[in-house]
Amino acid sequence: MELSGGEIVIQSLKDEGVEYIFGYPGGAVLHLYDAIFQQDAVKHILVRHEQGATHAADAYARATGKPGVVLVTSGPGATNAITGIATAYMDSIPMVIISGQVPSPVIGSDAFQEVDMIGISRPCVKHNFLVKDVTKLAETIKKAFYVATTGRPGPVVVDVPKDITDPTIKVPYKYPKKIVMRSYNPAVTGHKGQIKKAVELLLSAQRPIIYSGGGVILGEASRELTEMTRLLGYPITNTLMGLGGFPATDRQFVGMLGMHGTYEANMAMHESDVILAVGARFDDRVTGKLAQFCPHARIIHIDVDPASISKTVKVAIPIVGQVKPVLEQMLEFIRESKKQPAKKALAAWWEQIEQWRSIKCLDYDRDSALIKPQFVVEQLYAVTQGDAFITSDVGQHQMYAAQYYHFDKPRRWINSGGLGTMGFGLPAAIGVKLAYPEANVACITGEASIQMCIQELSTALQYNTPVKIINLNNRYMGMVRQWQEFSYESRYSHSYMDTLPDFVKLAEAYGHVGMLVDKPEDVKPALEEAFALKDRTVFMDFITDRTENVYPMIEAGKAHHEMKLRVAPGTTTDRELA
Amino acid sequence: MRHIISILIENESGALSRVAGLFSARGYNIESLTVAPTEDASLSRMTLVTWGNDNIIEQITKQLNKLIDVVKLIDLAESAHIERELMLLKIRTTDLTRAEVKRVVEIFRGKIIDVTPTTYVVEMTGPSDKLDAFVKTLDEDSIIEVVRSGATGICRGEKGLHL
Ligand SMILES: Cc1cc2nc3c(=O)[nH]c(=O)nc-3n(C[C@H](O)[C@H](O)[C@H](O)COP(=O)(O)OP(=O)(O)OC[C@H]3O[C@@H](n4cnc5c(N)ncnc54)[C@H](O)[C@@H]3O)c2cc1C
Ligand SMILES: Cc1ncc(C[n+]2csc(CCOP(=O)(O)OP(=O)(O)O)c2C)c(N)n1
Ligand SMILES: [Mg+2]
Repeated sequence: MELSGGEIVIQSLKDEGVEYIFGYPGGAVLHLYDAIFQQDAVKHILVRHEQGATHAADAYARATGKPGVVLVTSGPGATNAITGIATAYMDSIPMVIISGQVPSPVIGSDAFQEVDMIGISRPCVKHNFLVKDVTKLAETIKKAFYVATTGRPGPVVVDVPKDITDPTIKVPYKYPKKIVMRSYNPAVTGHKGQIKKAVELLLSAQRPIIYSGGGVILGEASRELTEMTRLLGYPITNTLMGLGGFPATDRQFVGMLGMHGTYEANMAMHESDVILAVGARFDDRVTGKLAQFCPHARIIHIDVDPASISKTVKVAIPIVGQVKPVLEQMLEFIRESKKQPAKKALAAWWEQIEQWRSIKCLDYDRDSALIKPQFVVEQLYAVTQGDAFITSDVGQHQMYAAQYYHFDKPRRWINSGGLGTMGFGLPAAIGVKLAYPEANVACITGEASIQMCIQELSTALQYNTPVKIINLNNRYMGMVRQWQEFSYESRYSHSYMDTLPDFVKLAEAYGHVGMLVDKPEDVKPALEEAFALKDRTVFMDFITDRTENVYPMIEAGKAHHEMKLRVAPGTTTDRELA
Repeated sequence: MRHIISILIENESGALSRVAGLFSARGYNIESLTVAPTEDASLSRMTLVTWGNDNIIEQITKQLNKLIDVVKLIDLAESAHIERELMLLKIRTTDLTRAEVKRVVEIFRGKIIDVTPTTYVVEMTGPSDKLDAFVKTLDEDSIIEVVRSGATGICRGEKGLHL
């Protein structure tokens, strides 16, 4: 088969099994768009801003486990994609970004719409390729998918100069089935001896805790993790990225840990003697003050990326490998072992944990006359029976979503953790809805975040992706305001906007349904009404208590056992704000 | 501690910037970095001199290994090795100093490879600290130009860095 470069790109995507390309055209990719026009196997989703394309593709990947695909033009198209590429990079999301480039002969001449995409993207991609030879194009695309999806996943950019896609130059096409790269051999199974040692340590623990993260979701290991956790009877906590890796409604789940984690999760970490860290990277939002992090614990760490191990916290037993095979091997050793978990110690440990749990650190004023954001999330959980895909933006609403929507399954919680990218939520919801048209998809957002990619409402109409937007409108950049309240004596410098749009009208202008909800008693009926509108995108503007803060909290420079708790229910509602 | 890290990397355009970018992005120290082709045209060999405590060096080697183009690397500090650097040095000489400079060059086993009535060019190889020591013997004002290649190195014995 002889194909032009443009056709090769599209045919390669087809052979790779790609369902959707999220993109935006421009001069450097016109040949490619013409090739897209000639076929309909790979569907193209036209976004309204390239950032939207990257987030939608990224969320498609988070929800399905399959790589997301983005197509952008050179110059401004490429730079607009950078925020989304960095977002995917920080959370290790497999994504392939095809960017157009000016023709090879003029590269480096400041040609029209030229940017050095390889240079600009280098620090926020797993790898990137500049295609220099059309006969290597298919192989390069194969490599891009291979690198993006194996080992520690991540985004890969393929920069394609316009002359490479020239429709008049046809070359033989063959998409490689397999690729071998001598310089890239990611670990799969873990070292048996290390795993054995880990199991011994784990079974000798008196106050154990399992701390699992995004690696469990990425590595499709939630079944193995759940099985092992139940077999051991140990408490388990998840990072923000790990939520859904273990069922949140299970008694053994002590909640999220870290800055806005639960009191019981953080206390259990602090007092533990053995920690099993699974696909988690000891992020600073998780560890709090490093010098006082888990002072009594010996740590076992399973991670596919050696560089994640002992990066910030020294561990006793490192295991480099994919979580799934490593956990399978551990399970086997645990079952074979004569040793059993220390029953008496474990009972005492659970008693202690229940005591911490009994303070109910997530309680809030449920009788408030104002809509509490937590209440909206709880009602959303009830109305969707805990079975929706929830995307979120960044801020307080993100934390409420993580704390009050209990994820029992992996890949249901779709948020930007590492980069914390406002604007992520709406395009992400569109990407998820395309992947699962029958599922309920809701985007929990804030009035500031939603405005960063609001234009994608238009995309949602064009491709009929009826998602529900839950705008927790506190008329503040709540997360920023909270820090200003705690650390800057309530000097609310530029953390609010005086001129918010009428979101209901805005939604309607985009062809959707808008709803304004400002009374607590209306929350549930409104949600029910919105979800009953199966084929409409609904923008729900919830006017929430603007003084509400996210609790509990580990403030900057504090350790796990020094959490700031809500003083007493109701005390935050009547505080006067400037 | 100072470490010499030797890297085999795919001879692709941009490979050098990936390594250099990694060091600047993560704030690692870099004393010198040399690159040259190897007997295998598809590979380049880089020698990188850096310093830091054990944790930092561990992260540096892990992060380097993580670069997709890096095929293999070795931290020479982990075993017996030989280090060499090439230095070319231009010195201003006078009738009074010429003989003395020549004598010191000989002590350090350097060579004078260019002579004019007022200058010498000295070629010297050795571990970087030997070159430092030589430079210190000279009168600062007499040095016109110092050109150093950056250190390279190789393991002693059977051990080595190859595919
Ligand atoms: C406003 C805000 C507040 C936040 N507050 C918190 C908070 O309170 N608590 C919290 O936890 N986070 C919080 N975060 C998120 C935080 O910034 C980090 O993104 C998050 O903690 C990282 O999660 P993780 O450790 O699971 O790592 P991830 O970023 O998910 O990384 C996954 C790890 O697993 C490894 N891995 C990947 N695939 C595999 C595999 N197949 N097998 C083995 N290993 C694999 C990777 O190498 C990596 O080390 C907050 C973010 C924001 C924006
Ligand atoms: C692109 C981007 N810019 C700035 C920030 C810093 N930031 C984090 S949270 C936040 C406020 C978010 O406000 P809103 O969306 O209303 O959510 P709320 O905290 O009020 O729930 C800001 C500005 C960010 N995370 N992302
Ligand atoms: Mg807000």
